[in-house]
Amino acid sequence: MNTVTLNRRTLLKAGGTLVISFPLLPALAQTRTPAAGPPDARQIDSWIAINSDNTATVYLGFVELGQGCSTALLQVAAEELDLAMTQVSTVRHDTNITPNQGGTYSSAAMHRGAPQVQRAAAEARQALLALAAQRLQLPVDRLRVENGIVSGRGDDNASVTYGELIGDKQFKLAFTGTAPLKDPATYKLVTKPLPRNDIPLKAKGSYAFMQHQRLPGMLHGRIVRPRGQGAYKDGVQIVSVDAASIAGIAGAKVLRQGNFLGVVAPREWDAVRAAQQLKVQWRQPANLPGNADLFKRMQASAPDDRVARDEGDLAAIKTAAVTSEFTGYGPYQAHVPFAPNCALADVKGDGALVLCSSQDIYNTRTNVSALLGLKPEQVRVQYHDGAGTFGHSCWDDVAQAAALMSQLCGAPVRVQFMRWDEHGWDTYGPAHLGKVKASATADGKLLTYEYHGWQHHWALIETTEQSGKGTAAAEWPAMSAMQINPLVLGGQYKIPNIKLVNHHVPGVDYLKGAWLRSPLDLAMAFASEQAIDDLAFKLGRDAYEFRLQNMVDEHWIGVLQAAAKAANWQARPSAKNLSKAEVVTGRGIGLGTHLASWGGAVAEVEVNRKTGMVRVLHIAGAIDAGRVVNPSNVENQLIGQLTQAASRMLHEEVTFNTTNVTSLDWSTYPILRFAEAPRITPVIVQRIQDEPLGAGEEVMAAAAAAIANAFFDATGKRMDRFPFTPERVLATLG
Amino acid sequence: MADSSKFRLNGSEVAVTSAADTPLLYVLSDELKLQGPRFGCGLAQCGSCSVLVDGVELRSCVTPLSAVAGKTVTTLEGLPALHAASKGLAKVPEYTPLQQALIDTQAIQCGFCTNGIQIKATELLSKNPAPSEQDIRTAMNGHLCRCGTYPKIIAAIQQAARSMGGKA
Repeated sequence: MNTVTLNRRTLLKAGGTLVISFPLLPALAQTRTPAAGPPDARQIDSWIAINSDNTATVYLGFVELGQGCSTALLQVAAEELDLAMTQVSTVRHDTNITPNQGGTYSSAAMHRGAPQVQRAAAEARQALLALAAQRLQLPVDRLRVENGIVSGRGDDNASVTYGELIGDKQFKLAFTGTAPLKDPATYKLVTKPLPRNDIPLKAKGSYAFMQHQRLPGMLHGRIVRPRGQGAYKDGVQIVSVDAASIAGIAGAKVLRQGNFLGVVAPREWDAVRAAQQLKVQWRQPANLPGNADLFKRMQASAPDDRVARDEGDLAAIKTAAVTSEFTGYGPYQAHVPFAPNCALADVKGDGALVLCSSQDIYNTRTNVSALLGLKPEQVRVQYHDGAGTFGHSCWDDVAQAAALMSQLCGAPVRVQFMRWDEHGWDTYGPAHLGKVKASATADGKLLTYEYHGWQHHWALIETTEQSGKGTAAAEWPAMSAMQINPLVLGGQYKIPNIKLVNHHVPGVDYLKGAWLRSPLDLAMAFASEQAIDDLAFKLGRDAYEFRLQNMVDEHWIGVLQAAAKAANWQARPSAKNLSKAEVVTGRGIGLGTHLASWGGAVAEVEVNRKTGMVRVLHIAGAIDAGRVVNPSNVENQLIGQLTQAASRMLHEEVTFNTTNVTSLDWSTYPILRFAEAPRITPVIVQRIQDEPLGAGEEVMAAAAAAIANAFFDATGKRMDRFPFTPERVLATLG
Repeated sequence: MADSSKFRLNGSEVAVTSAADTPLLYVLSDELKLQGPRFGCGLAQCGSCSVLVDGVELRSCVTPLSAVAGKTVTTLEGLPALHAASKGLAKVPEYTPLQQALIDTQAIQCGFCTNGIQIKATELLSKNPAPSEQDIRTAMNGHLCRCGTYPKIIAAIQQAARSMGGKA
């Protein structure tokens, strides 16, 4: 792992592009000069370089977010190259160096990333073997490789290393993706729980996060906005700014372009003080529905409907033995990384360097260059990890703010969002309203299923661009992750008559939205899996056995059984023989996923009927994500996502009135803490012969449903909205 | 009265130029360029900025520089030396037992909160060498981990206690 702190002296101008030397990198600089990317993905050299010391540098397009993908993708590369883990390393993500594999979202690092890296490594190995065959005067099929040393089979005295064959030189070879891959049965590294390469430095505190980056001559910047966003379309509206109000802070300066406002100062604390003391009058239109009227307004909005699935005939419900109708309400929830986002930009007349925590540096380059009036290739964007972000938090907004402020003041500017900036101006996981109606036959077969879901899309224009350039608020065009998800909505089961309808709500009238870990899935599974559970209850059937009877897909069956086994599920109908004790317990089960993989969960909850306090005691969560390259990483991802699912079901809700968001810190937007953290039993259904799929978010929906169903088992009542605050719980218990 | 610009930091006397009312966090991270204490909320809600002041965990984001005048401040960077001193070790280890346990159990995801986690756990273990799981949960409850690594952190603190000779 290379952590590079940029030094001003190493910045050189070359052909209008800023070039940075990386003294800590391998000798690779001799063979490749940083140049405006992306490097040509059809060339092996864009992915892999062999160094003269018989090590390999692997260029990755997926960023490390604490999920361990930088280790796991190196495992994949080392495996195909027949190198040891100590012989492979990667470099910082940089639009002048690393390939564009698309953004690190949708749990794509292994799903999309691993096959690319694997095939590039296999093709590089093939080329290396061809060179070795020539050098050793042996046919390729007589060669073997271990730790980058190629030798003849049974004739070890003739050998040559990768480094000797091509060290520090380029392959100059087209990447065709046609080289044969290793048989998974022979894997030595892939599927092993290897320790992550970033953890020792993080433990010691010597790992340089984005927030630690500095440039000489740099000013500290803070944005100045109202505390808490209003309706997306209203953006930021300045009536007046009193620059004299910060005259007492030495070196502090106001920067303004249109409705974008910020302050800079040489010392960080002065910038913080200036942002707080600056007197600004805002216009804050009362265009939001407020929490109280949110779902009413969503349902009443102009229809923009799409049928996502329509099979059979819902009229079959007439012959059903039992039916269930349920409406579920999921709130806006925030990413709120533990540390607010930070970025550092140095903008010159004809080029810009932006250091930020973007999960998609090439997309950030596009939007920053447009904001600055530069061409994309004049902007160089580097990724530096911040705190775990779980989707599109404020990393683009802060990168744009740093770039704009640097352009305005002519010096490098480091912008650190304050806690209220991150909480109040996040692009939130959108609220969701789901109405489900399902039915089953007397012998326990699912018969009909109908779901209507309301939500808006994601914000396309960042607040910095909206306020600084006057660009109108706009939503992303429809994509699968921002609409109802057929995999979660009955897709787990065999249902002959099914109809799913997506109701798009115009997003500019609401809060800014974006993808938040397992987007919409928690709310959808919360509604849908409670209806399924209710059918089992009405038939007097066990919730696990009822589901199993209606499943045909081996993947879904596998995770259901694995979760039930891990939780020692005892078959019985739910919510029978309810206890009248003050504290009652229950267990529930659920199934769900995001866009790929399969998740099953069993939760055990405790409900205090007097105080309304709910605690999740234990979650067993099982994932089938195809071939799991690094089970230790996936175990951590399961622990994290299941804990976060409990947090989102029990505590998390963005609050807002008609003018602005009011949940601005950890006290007004509480999350789950140590004292109540559930025990977690992570279970991996390993499928070594299958291609890897995502594992960062796919059991959250199942866990959300399991928690809701466990609440029902404990109390005999169903929660129709989360989070399960004491007030809501007491109201539901009656 | 002690000079507000001087205090003891990780075993050495330091003199700083920040104003006396500057929060200690900005003195440590902006003026002294330390990476351990880091900004998380500025409101003493999350523990990201925690340091030990005379052995007690303190939120540096709301503590003015003047409050630590003449006192002993230990940051994440100073924990291995603090451990060596407390155990009378001749050599400062590369990792504290807690850091080794965090590595062994892979109890770090993004790693941003680990500063406050380690500072608070160090304080806990200094007062209670064999904490129960409940002791750990209670002591650590003022520290957030957005990645949800709580179960592994609890296990790592227990492992550290065992390796330091405490019997949980």
